[in-house]
Amino acid sequence: MKYRKERLDRGIKARCEDIFALSSYREILYLAFPRVLPVAVLLILPLLKDVVGLYWEKVLMISCIIALLALSWDLMASVGLISLGQALFFGAGAYITGFLNHAFKLPPILTIPLGTLAGALFCTLLLSPVLRLRGVYFAIVTLTLPLLLARFIETTKILGGTEGMSGLSPLPDIWIEMYVPVLALLLCLFGFRRLINEDYGLVLQGIRDNDRAVMSGAINIYWFKAQAVFLAGLAGSFAGAFMTHYNQVVGMAAFAMDYSILPLTAAVLGGVGSFAGPTIGAFILVPLSEMLRAVGTLRVVFYSAILIICVVGLPEGVFHYIRRKYHQFERMVEVG
Amino acid sequence: MDKTILAAENLCKNFGGVTAIVEVSFELKEGELLGVIGPNGSGKTTLVNLLTGFVKPDLGRVIYRGSEITGKAPYRIAELGIVRTFQMVKPFYQLPAFKNLVIPLYSPRVKKLRGGGYGDRDDVAIDLLEDVGFERDSFVPYKIASSLPHGYLKRLELARCLALRPDLLILDELFSGMSMSEVASTLPIIERLNSEGLSIIMVEHRLKELFRIANRVMVLNFGAKIADGSPRDVMENDAVKAAYLGSEEEEDA
Repeated sequence: MKYRKERLDRGIKARCEDIFALSSYREILYLAFPRVLPVAVLLILPLLKDVVGLYWEKVLMISCIIALLALSWDLMASVGLISLGQALFFGAGAYITGFLNHAFKLPPILTIPLGTLAGALFCTLLLSPVLRLRGVYFAIVTLTLPLLLARFIETTKILGGTEGMSGLSPLPDIWIEMYVPVLALLLCLFGFRRLINEDYGLVLQGIRDNDRAVMSGAINIYWFKAQAVFLAGLAGSFAGAFMTHYNQVVGMAAFAMDYSILPLTAAVLGGVGSFAGPTIGAFILVPLSEMLRAVGTLRVVFYSAILIICVVGLPEGVFHYIRRKYHQFERMVEVG
Repeated sequence: MDKTILAAENLCKNFGGVTAIVEVSFELKEGELLGVIGPNGSGKTTLVNLLTGFVKPDLGRVIYRGSEITGKAPYRIAELGIVRTFQMVKPFYQLPAFKNLVIPLYSPRVKKLRGGGYGDRDDVAIDLLEDVGFERDSFVPYKIASSLPHGYLKRLELARCLALRPDLLILDELFSGMSMSEVASTLPIIERLNSEGLSIIMVEHRLKELFRIANRVMVLNFGAKIADGSPRDVMENDAVKAAYLGSEEEEDA
């Protein structure tokens, strides 16, 4: 007796592609569960700070920050702009926030929103001349810009030069420290997902797949690309703005390569083009990196090895794999 | 009928050492259907690209309704109402057919033309697809573009242009790759659009169909205009015969 494995899409999935036909609580739960579960976990974790410990709460926060950068990467990728420089957004948000607090003594409640807005605006203006570049050419420009700005600050000694600006105001209390990044992440995640499924998002994806056809549809693709960069800039600059007040210092490290590479890796690991993927990616990468601290100097080796295994084994990304499995069931059927 | 909608003056374009278009001038009257024919590599598609801004001419001007549009960005030219299809179909492959039309329907031009009481883009898209022969009550308009046969993709291109309510439609080999029956069902659509007053430039290899509906035919060979006149005149033109069939002198040599 021989068997073969058969995979079938669940009925609800087939019906959900276009029309929602929910007939029972079971089906509502089936659809709501993967959306509600991560939200619930993210909202409850900070409440358990006495159980989890402040160290892991900080890991949660850093994961949220990297996830925000990864979301910003993914939004740019969905309009066809492959970026290697999320550090540009992070650094711009961080420095503007730090400067506002350092020079004008504005409180964090003003500096963070202002830094986020101004950072996104600054990056959009800076990138606007190169928006007509595609693929690797655009990527190279984004890779160089954060390095260029860091060297500029170093040599001209503006904004505190190599030492940066320290002694900035701390965040008011620990609940804000824990909940603001979580809420910002959820807002970005569900906001971006909604946006990309609207007609507006169709235009963005159209530009990625076929910019000439969009142009011949009387749409100014550079204006739409600039809007996407601005939205992505908001997410990235917020991450920088928040970390400035969290660390109470801002320096050239804000333009570090880590903030470019980690979000990119998170997006590739989690699955590009879904927003949920990069978020999951960030929540794998950051805690994994912390757990491997116990291994000592070999940490990077293990870290890289796990990454390579993941990317080779699941080239579509963790998220797409999980989603496929969730929507299918498998059974063994007799052959012959 | 005798107002000029588009005029090209002395257009020239070289790609490196290759001469694609040499001193081509022509005029298109409002409501006219102009056919553009020529052997392979004679510069037909380059001419379309020059008129729609995808390629900038080395020399010469394009005048649309009395104002110069040479060198304007493609989306600006499309916004003015000059809309083109691509010879190589360019659908958004992973979107359903009707969602392909949502993108041009999102443009400022459509917003302006349709005014404030604008309905759902999806509904407008389905209507447009029906106009170009997608069966309304079937699954076809909802199918992912990559799963559609080539003939449908060609008509999807046409619908994408019609979504913008063009004033001048430029069709770059719309019929290439279509089956005989698809051509037969698309031809009346073009005729109807033209009879409703739409000016059309039609680049085509299917001469039989083109000569039936065109008011005027222009012939290109090696980038230069060699004939321009009524379909009958063009068919009997010696230079055209030579370009298509090879000249007698060449055969003698």
